[in-house]
Amino acid sequence: MRYPALSALLAGVMTLGGCSEGVLDPKGPVAAAERLIMFNSTAIMLAIVIPTMIATLGTAYWFRASNKRARYLPDFEYSGRLELLVWSIPIMTVILVGGVAWVSTYDLDPPKAIASAEKPVRIQVVALDWKWLFIYPDEGIAAVNQLTVPVGTPISFELTSAGVMNSFFVPQLAGQIYTMAGMATRLNLQADHTGTYRGMSANYSGAGFSDMHFNVEAVPAENYAAWVAATRGNGPVLDEQTYSTLAKPSQAVAPFSYRTVAPGLFSGIVRTAMQSGDPLCVTDIASERIER
Amino acid sequence: MNLLGKLDWSAIPFDQPIIMGASGGMILGIGAVLSWVLLKGYVPYLWREWITSVDHKRIGVMYIVLALLMLLRGFSDAIMMRTQQAVAAGGAQGYLPPEHYDQIFTAHGTIMIFFVAMPLVIGMMNFAVPLQLGVRDVAFPTLNSVSFWLTASAVLLINVSLVVGEFARTGWMAYPPLSELQFSPGVGVDYYLWSLQISGVGTLLTGINFVTTILKLRAPGMSLMRMPVFCWTALASSLMIVAVFPVLTATFAMLLLDRYLGFHFFSLDAGGNPMMYVNLFWIWGHPEVYILVLPAFGIFSEVSATFSGKPLFGYRSMVAATMAICILSMLVWLHHFFTMGASANVNAFFGVMSMLIGLPTGVKIFNWVFTMYGGRVRFTVPVLWLIGFMVTFVLGGLTGVLLAVPPVDWQVHNSMFLIAHFHHVIIPGVLFGLFAGYTYWFPKAFGFALDERWGKAAFWCWFIGFHLAFMPLYVVGLMGMTRRMQHYDNLAWQPWLLVAGAGAVIILAGIVCQAVQLVVSIRTRDRRRVTGDPWNGRTLEWSTASPPPAWNFAVLPHVSDKDAFWSTKQHAPAARLQPAQARAYKPIEMPSNSPIGFVNAFFAVIFGFALIWHIWWLAVVGALGGFVSILAFAFRRTDEIEIPPEQIAQFDRAHPTEFAA
Repeated sequence: MRYPALSALLAGVMTLGGCSEGVLDPKGPVAAAERLIMFNSTAIMLAIVIPTMIATLGTAYWFRASNKRARYLPDFEYSGRLELLVWSIPIMTVILVGGVAWVSTYDLDPPKAIASAEKPVRIQVVALDWKWLFIYPDEGIAAVNQLTVPVGTPISFELTSAGVMNSFFVPQLAGQIYTMAGMATRLNLQADHTGTYRGMSANYSGAGFSDMHFNVEAVPAENYAAWVAATRGNGPVLDEQTYSTLAKPSQAVAPFSYRTVAPGLFSGIVRTAMQSGDPLCVTDIASERIER
Repeated sequence: MNLLGKLDWSAIPFDQPIIMGASGGMILGIGAVLSWVLLKGYVPYLWREWITSVDHKRIGVMYIVLALLMLLRGFSDAIMMRTQQAVAAGGAQGYLPPEHYDQIFTAHGTIMIFFVAMPLVIGMMNFAVPLQLGVRDVAFPTLNSVSFWLTASAVLLINVSLVVGEFARTGWMAYPPLSELQFSPGVGVDYYLWSLQISGVGTLLTGINFVTTILKLRAPGMSLMRMPVFCWTALASSLMIVAVFPVLTATFAMLLLDRYLGFHFFSLDAGGNPMMYVNLFWIWGHPEVYILVLPAFGIFSEVSATFSGKPLFGYRSMVAATMAICILSMLVWLHHFFTMGASANVNAFFGVMSMLIGLPTGVKIFNWVFTMYGGRVRFTVPVLWLIGFMVTFVLGGLTGVLLAVPPVDWQVHNSMFLIAHFHHVIIPGVLFGLFAGYTYWFPKAFGFALDERWGKAAFWCWFIGFHLAFMPLYVVGLMGMTRRMQHYDNLAWQPWLLVAGAGAVIILAGIVCQAVQLVVSIRTRDRRRVTGDPWNGRTLEWSTASPPPAWNFAVLPHVSDKDAFWSTKQHAPAARLQPAQARAYKPIEMPSNSPIGFVNAFFAVIFGFALIWHIWWLAVVGALGGFVSILAFAFRRTDEIEIPPEQIAQFDRAHPTEFAA
């Protein structure tokens, strides 16, 4: 009995300790900071939770009805000092963890640019049924279900959806953010190590949801430049027409790229996402707000 | 125009063997029970004693029976999800295609929250609150029956969706735009919306009923600060129901207008905004968590005091903590979507508010520990549930506070970590509490106790199975697995999901133990007869007979302390076994039975079903029928029957209690 339990425990520690591809194995400054906050908050709370668990079991066991040595205090129902203790322990925990939460929420606010000497790469993300479109507006190229980024350079995302709400999530690089039609959200992240990281939609969006994942290729800057050049060399053109074909629902789409992108496509998607032809239907107010 | 709206033979999924098997089994089961009832000639008895009953105890029992039946349905969904995720790794697709799997997780969430946890909580409140308050019924007994039968109609509708048509494939929150007509053109979302609208009305009426009962009807001398803590939690829970269920109803009404009449509340075009739905849904959704968990905390408070042979430690703290949760719960809803891109100001505020709610909860845990301190703890089945809850819930609370830290939430939101977290608080917090209450009050309800050994076996299966089923989900969540995946390609997740599947099987064993416990206890009930006070209780429900008569108390008790029954036992030992003849009985007015709840529910089912399938003439019939039956009820001649003193005296002679309160 002991050995399977032990090996399961070891396997667990190894998975949690860094052999995994998840949240606990960050490859960029944002995800690393988020992991640190998770560890800090957990440690603060475990300091109180573990003694509470022991106290619960200990008290229940010692004061079992059959234990003649335990003192019976049938009228013990109030103690000012204990009440003070009972309220102050959770208050102190909340103050500590609350402080961590307050400071880190501002520090790691997704729209906040990452301080860096490098000029950030801008990428526009469109969640489609059921695939991801990544537009590189400065390079004039686009890719579906694959995201190539240079290592050590901040990446600044603008994200929207063509219809159903999704959530853009690359656990090893940064926390997730929703993509919603008619509006644009923002996210900044950076990869510090080359590698392939798993990205996905984290918000259920319908039948093709399970296949709505992609790989993030974090490559050295020169390889990135080479990839941009190569992408410009071949593949179809992304304009309104090819976009409307792409936007039709499809599942488990193999990655491919577009050699050029019609300028303003992203803001067009944000502004006109799912507008009906009805002239009474005015542009969404939320999207107007982004334009300003 | 088609007389049957959208309904035709294609609505029945003949090509889906799993669904047809399940519905066939369900129909056979219902048929078997119905024909047994008919053949045995139980119909008049059921009609007289249960269906038309307005007795809060009977209604409470019916709520709990309904909830336990739906627990079986919700749990079969759970087992199907766990087996699907255990096998659908790599290239495998498992045995459930997405369109079916997506219905299963939606049904699981909807059923477990609305038709298992809610009726269990409301059932416990119905059964225990009037007894604990020392009164004869709730404030509006017939309305109570209407509430129950509306819940039952919603349950019927949601089960009909299994056979006729489909259920929603949107997840149990039914976020638009996915739940709008554009992306969900089928009847699934309509089944979801109409069944929840109907049960929502029932729940709101229950909330009103219990707020009134607790504030206006209490035994003489029972001031608010002498009420049992369970009544306090029931009050907090009912206040929250009254505050937030109308929000849910209004939100669903807007989505229904979008779907039926082309409105644009949450649509993508014409200025609709799906974000508003998400906000409104969680303005209901977060208090809902506490609507469920507070009464369970109340049960734990009663259980810890009774079985420690000691008053609850820090009664005033407990009341303050309960009411603090009642208010704070309405100020934290945004933590369900920190990932929506709100500003840091908003996220930080709601993060800290969400942690604040952990404060009164922590106080409660400590108070239960100090209640056991200095006591003589009897390790009965309810105490096992209590201790199992306490050691489990603190960890669930820990991951909850983690999720309240916005940067951590961004990393684990919508992942299996989140799934693990909310099962980690709801199963120990709500379900364990209600199982404790079920074991604790069962002898009061039926006059015989449940089998201890099967109860303990059930506890251990649930406790071990729960940890095996949900701890691995934390791990896969941290490994980056999101919720609601019908299949996945990352083979590293599979071992963990296999363990989780094994855990679900152990929980199944726990459910089997509970079923066996019930059967064994009923079969050997003559050996298990109990008196009015089997646990050496502290509150008024233990001062009357088990099961209590329809009028609960022959003479309303006078309360001079908290733990009213306990202090009677302490201060007036002379009252022991006071001969019943010596007491002066007065006739008691009791509300008479009424079929209105059942009739109204019948029309509610017709109304809901007709609207789901766009059978407009039938919807008119349902609406008119419901309205006219309520109108006819309003013109009734007699609404009360008088219980003569002889009958009361006779009952008391036949069922002597240890103490005459």
